[in-house]
Amino acid sequence: MNKIGLIIGREYFTRVKKRSFLITTILVPIVIIGFYAAIIAVMIKGGDEKQSIAVIDDANLFNGKIETKSKSYNFSFIRNETEQVFATKYKAKGFDGFLYIPAFQLDSPGRFTLHTPSSASLGTTAALERIINKAIEDKRLIAQGFDPRKYEAIAADISLGNTIDTKEGSKQSMAGVAYGVSFACGILIYMMMIIYGTQVMRGVTEEKTNRIAEVVVSSVKPFQLMMGKILGIGAVGLTQFAIWIILMFMMQLALPLIFPDIVNQMKATAENPAAASMAANIAQGISSLPIGKIVFSFLFYFLGGYLTYASLFAAIGSVVSEDQQEAQQLVFPVLMPIILGFVIMTKAINEPNSSLAVFGSLFPLTSPIVMMGRITYEIPVWQLALSMALLFGCFLLFTWITAKIYRTGILMYGKKPSWKEMMKWAFRKS
Amino acid sequence: MNLLELHNLKKYFATQKAVDDISMNIEQGGIFGLLGPNGAGKTTLLRMITGIFYPDSGEILFDGKKFNALEDARNIGYMPEERGLYKKMKIGEQALYLARLKGMSRADAMSSIKKWFVQFGMESWWNKKVEDLSKGMSQKLQFVTTILHQPKLIILDEPFSGLDPVNANLIKDEIYKLAENGSTIIFSTHRMEQVEEICDHIVLVNKGQKILDGTVQNVKQDFKDHIYQVGGNILAENLMTHIFQVVKLQNGELQLKLNEGTKPNDVLSFFINQGIQINSFNEVLPSLNDIFIKLVDGTGTARAFQPVN
Repeated sequence: MNKIGLIIGREYFTRVKKRSFLITTILVPIVIIGFYAAIIAVMIKGGDEKQSIAVIDDANLFNGKIETKSKSYNFSFIRNETEQVFATKYKAKGFDGFLYIPAFQLDSPGRFTLHTPSSASLGTTAALERIINKAIEDKRLIAQGFDPRKYEAIAADISLGNTIDTKEGSKQSMAGVAYGVSFACGILIYMMMIIYGTQVMRGVTEEKTNRIAEVVVSSVKPFQLMMGKILGIGAVGLTQFAIWIILMFMMQLALPLIFPDIVNQMKATAENPAAASMAANIAQGISSLPIGKIVFSFLFYFLGGYLTYASLFAAIGSVVSEDQQEAQQLVFPVLMPIILGFVIMTKAINEPNSSLAVFGSLFPLTSPIVMMGRITYEIPVWQLALSMALLFGCFLLFTWITAKIYRTGILMYGKKPSWKEMMKWAFRKS
Repeated sequence: MNLLELHNLKKYFATQKAVDDISMNIEQGGIFGLLGPNGAGKTTLLRMITGIFYPDSGEILFDGKKFNALEDARNIGYMPEERGLYKKMKIGEQALYLARLKGMSRADAMSSIKKWFVQFGMESWWNKKVEDLSKGMSQKLQFVTTILHQPKLIILDEPFSGLDPVNANLIKDEIYKLAENGSTIIFSTHRMEQVEEICDHIVLVNKGQKILDGTVQNVKQDFKDHIYQVGGNILAENLMTHIFQVVKLQNGELQLKLNEGTKPNDVLSFFINQGIQINSFNEVLPSLNDIFIKLVDGTGTARAFQPVN
């Protein structure tokens, strides 16, 4: 037992100490989050500074006055100028942009134009569109004989809440958030199983082709070497998750400090009520999820799925030589159920209680991924228990079989054995 | 006392009787040569002794007790023919790891590694990686990792391949020292001149079976062809006799083969009676190489695949 600890330690530390581990673990999420943050920052930029915009209102849409709650824009009406002439002058006069409203029929508004020196931000065009739409609507209401202020009092703007009723009580839900979390968990398990499974396979092949395996198995049992490698690499995966979770918390704390503008923007932009309510809904949606259940299931299914497949990958690694093509041929049938699981998972998110989803989340080769797709929904306890038991049983069975293939394969050099020969090794006694 | 006893070991693979009923005893403190052509079953035999393979039948006694692969790993050092080390791992850490896998404590392993690294002039290697070493250097490292844990039984499969004469001598001297200090060494090779030089006792296997077992001197005696070398001023016309046959005559040096019933003294008398001056007279024992070729030749250079049942 002590020796398997040594092997786990070696597998773990040689990987964790590598520079590439640090890069993929720490840099990749930072780069991804930074990338999204940059996109968001660029998208909503345009409100943090006051923009002065010239307006030529040939249609007299605004009656010389624009009412808006936003303090981001400063409108100045220009008279006695044409669009073509003023387009050459507004920059020199200190305007950030120039809005041209040609004369138009109320029932068929023409083409309104915003002139800017460089492409206008989405926030700016959206805000101006809202202002113009409001003005046109007001005019139309008046033309129909309504008082715009009365209409405003009549108009409704509701959002539909979704309450999930479970045994623990009723909770608010946000379908989009549940969907997103399920999908993210499923994809993460899918990727981790393939990435770490492949690492196990490479490690085994390396030991075999370096002939270190023969030295090591004269000190320990081949099974200890195989399990040590699988567990050590699994521990690397868990470490990676732990670092990511810590990073996520730190991000949550640090984001407002790094980008105070964004958060203020989100809170303050009353002209962007959709975005504000979405942020609130996401926060509410996340708090409505059964976090404990998700985290526990995620860890269980990651470990269960990884261990089940890792033993298969180890067996493949033990029978191939350095030739990558040989490995690919053998890996393909192992990847098939993983990919199938991913496909079923995308279906299961939309229909978590369909028979396909239930089957996929019980069948041990697909359950780690598919169950993640259902995890934010209510799953009958017996299904969860049966799925976990089947996965655990499958892990034991696969390990028992693959250990025999591994034991023979790791000391065989030369030609790759056929499937028939491998089956013979697997089911031979002792 | 025998450190290792093998009784009727058998190991059959699907297409080969790799080891077919081999028994032998290996004495404590000796240097034991395991010889055989390629594919004779040497590696399979060694893998059974190191616990990598279980024999299909037969029994291994280690130090008087039934061999237990896991417990006895502590007392065995095995250097396989194909060298194996982790290429990307630092050399110091690698030596420590392999020593601890054998069951040494961290402190013991460190002090043993330091001692051997100094002895072999490898102190500066600690933080290097194996991929930075030349073939000969990694061979030296492999040898050191094999003996770090002071095993009672050291198994070396072709330990000198790829080594220059200086490093080969360094390792050879260590092998003698280890044997003097009570370690038992099994030395597997097909380089006969090394065996003749180093080993006390040899076993020759071919096609999975033991075909020769004994001390180097005894084996040579058993296979001697009664060939003698006579030094003197001998001419071809002096050799008309029926007591021996001429093997070779060159510059007055004669090699002859005694005929049935002839004693060496008869030859001496024969020359003395003719008044020929004899400067030297000695028996020519066959080299192990000759014996090896004589025994193995004609049995096919490669083993044909054979059905087991």
